[in-house]
Amino acid sequence: MPPKSRTALKEKANPRDVFTGAYYIDGDVATAYGAIAAGCKFVGGYPITPSTEAAEAFVRRAPYADALFVQMEDELASIETVLGASWAGKKAMTITSGPGYSLMMEGIGFGAAIETPFVIVNIQRGGPSTGVPTRAGQADIMQAKWGSHGDYGVIAIAPDSPQECFDLTIKAFNLAERYRAPVMLMADECVGHMTEKVIVPPADQIEIENRKAYQGPPGRYMPFKPDRDLVPPMVKAGSGNKLYITSHLHDEKGYPVEKSGRGAFNKRLVDKIRLNADDIIDITEEDVEGADVVVVAYGIASRVAYKAVVEAKKEGIKVGNVRLITVWPFPEKRIKEISKRVKGFVVPEINYGQIAFEVERCAHGNADVVLVPHGGASVHNPEDILDAIRLAAKGKGQHKGTIEFETRLAKRIFPSGLKPKKGEGE
Amino acid sequence: MRVLRIPLDLSKHKVPQGEVHIIVDRCKGCGYCIEYCPNDVLEVAEEFNAQGYHPPKVKNPENCLNCGLCEVICPDYAIFTIQIGEKEAKLATQK
Amino acid sequence: MEHSIQIEETIDAAETRLSMEKWLRMDRIPHIWCTGCGIGLTVSALVRAFDKLNLDPDQVCIVAGIGCTGRVGGYLRVDSLHVTHGRAIPVATGIKLAKPELTVVVIGGDGDLMSIGGNHFVHAARRNVDITAICVNNFVYAMTGGQVAPTTPSPAFTNTTPYGAYETALNIPFLAESAGARYVARWTALHIRRMSNSMMEAIRKPGLSLVEVVSPCPMYYSRINRLGEHLETMKFYHENSIIKHGEPTENLKIDFQKQIIVGKFVDKPTGS
Repeated sequence: MPPKSRTALKEKANPRDVFTGAYYIDGDVATAYGAIAAGCKFVGGYPITPSTEAAEAFVRRAPYADALFVQMEDELASIETVLGASWAGKKAMTITSGPGYSLMMEGIGFGAAIETPFVIVNIQRGGPSTGVPTRAGQADIMQAKWGSHGDYGVIAIAPDSPQECFDLTIKAFNLAERYRAPVMLMADECVGHMTEKVIVPPADQIEIENRKAYQGPPGRYMPFKPDRDLVPPMVKAGSGNKLYITSHLHDEKGYPVEKSGRGAFNKRLVDKIRLNADDIIDITEEDVEGADVVVVAYGIASRVAYKAVVEAKKEGIKVGNVRLITVWPFPEKRIKEISKRVKGFVVPEINYGQIAFEVERCAHGNADVVLVPHGGASVHNPEDILDAIRLAAKGKGQHKGTIEFETRLAKRIFPSGLKPKKGEGE
Repeated sequence: MRVLRIPLDLSKHKVPQGEVHIIVDRCKGCGYCIEYCPNDVLEVAEEFNAQGYHPPKVKNPENCLNCGLCEVICPDYAIFTIQIGEKEAKLATQK
Repeated sequence: MEHSIQIEETIDAAETRLSMEKWLRMDRIPHIWCTGCGIGLTVSALVRAFDKLNLDPDQVCIVAGIGCTGRVGGYLRVDSLHVTHGRAIPVATGIKLAKPELTVVVIGGDGDLMSIGGNHFVHAARRNVDITAICVNNFVYAMTGGQVAPTTPSPAFTNTTPYGAYETALNIPFLAESAGARYVARWTALHIRRMSNSMMEAIRKPGLSLVEVVSPCPMYYSRINRLGEHLETMKFYHENSIIKHGEPTENLKIDFQKQIIVGKFVDKPTGS
């Protein structure tokens, strides 16, 4: 395990950037305030429902914090603009939703390959393609990890309230600067459009991190030579270092090479996150010790599941609650430990099964996994999660692998029996 | 405009007589038909339609010449005219 | 005699409406566009153009992008595709090349066709694919709430330029002509009959044709800039638009609340 990073510069936030006070705002606006408080000075964006409120809030407050917002002609341009701004020394972010996220995948892979720190906020919405722009979804979570081609590592964080949108955006910037990697804030439309009380603390209570500075002589800087914690220090364009940054496979000086050689380049992009996972992973647990059933959820689904957990406890079921704040890297070790002691996991998600299969993989067959899916465009019915908890509490080994719980909505839309028959349509 | 004489063959000229039909519940109250009718046939009604807007109402039905501008300029396809005959032409000063 | 009557009560009235309503999906009317929106007028003009050309509804294809204008496909009773944002022109190119006997019309807004789809438009003009592009220009991104668009004149306010738009507004006919379009015209939503005739000519003409329609946006552009509502915008067009056929396209930029030059600007013989 590489040692903790020692030279990422930690400091207090600039009071000019922090709009201290208590507000009644929605998650999108809280994200913008969090970004400004973290020191973000550049946002390149494109309007897409449901994330436009974040861009609009950012641009209204930007002149007070000496920040800049540019609306680009499309999402492809937005992400490339962000990379350029980051290499010129500013903390940069872009804000988008599902369709824009897919368009940005090339840029995300590029940013990961050249180890640029940046933050992408994805206010997820329903459905593949244009989908349902004004309703919630959580179906981009696997895409956050595997979206672009090639091997690279990312960090994904899921807030569940506007206050968390503010706090976790600051954390996202800190992680991006610390690890020189892309960080995705995977909110959803429900959290983004939910209006709640958000308290912005005074600037001296907010800690922000800046990228590691290069401390050697100019002209000898190698942009991709890592320290012992696998993260290289970073300089900005215009500082006399004659940078050569290429999206091609490159060596430590940044020059293109034909195969991974000395320095095992590709692996370090993945290891940077994978081996530092213990520092990055952040989950909250409640009543997991001694539980028979553990509910694993993230984002808005975790808030809905909380009600089901409370009701299940009243019925006497011993149920615990794990909320994933960082979804990637996934807390594999902890889930494996828990799986040895529980009968089953219940994974409610607003998609047809993405993190549930990760939970199953990490459980290694020690416990059953009950997936409570939802097609998007609204949130779960807590009764469904409660029924799934009861099902999981009945006993271990009833079924192999992950089963998909049939929700009330699914029963209404797809009457049971609607399965493809073998031999038909061939 | 002062006209010095009335044309001798005025009675031979016939203009179409139109009748305005309004599909009341489709109207969104934009007022384009009322504003741009060349012969001042329409006005805003006092009543509401099912969508909550004030649709137009025919004020001077005899003026309608079936020019069809209201039909073309309505964004909601809620008004049209049909021809119900012909009438004698009138000079502008004779109104 | 009461003149305000419902359509079902008059059989001969139904006869006269038939020619227009055969082109519309009547089960979806009333449509979602705002009161006084120019898109309703564009559809009205387009349907009349189809009618006068005596086109067969089964041989017409509409491809629309995302945005307020992109909803046009849902109201026309022809084969319509509602594609992802900005990709209407490539999809239309594919349709036309695979089945050339169809009449393919692309409808999009200024954001959909000229911003994210701008690259596609330029190359379609170079390629001279036989489609007609109708660009409804309301100077903002209306469907998402009034953000700045490439055609927003400086110094108008929008939601993402709360201190005034600062980029040079795109001159759409100029871009179209320099990319190689064969027919370029611009009308406002008020010039309803001339717009319809222009659409007829554009559809009939082989090669890429562009008709730009300057449209009021009462909910966002006019409201944010305190320009009144739809009727004031139409009166503004009435007083400030001037018809100049054949005007060189470099003179055609639209400044904030200044004169709008309309007309048919480019009508080149087809062929490269």
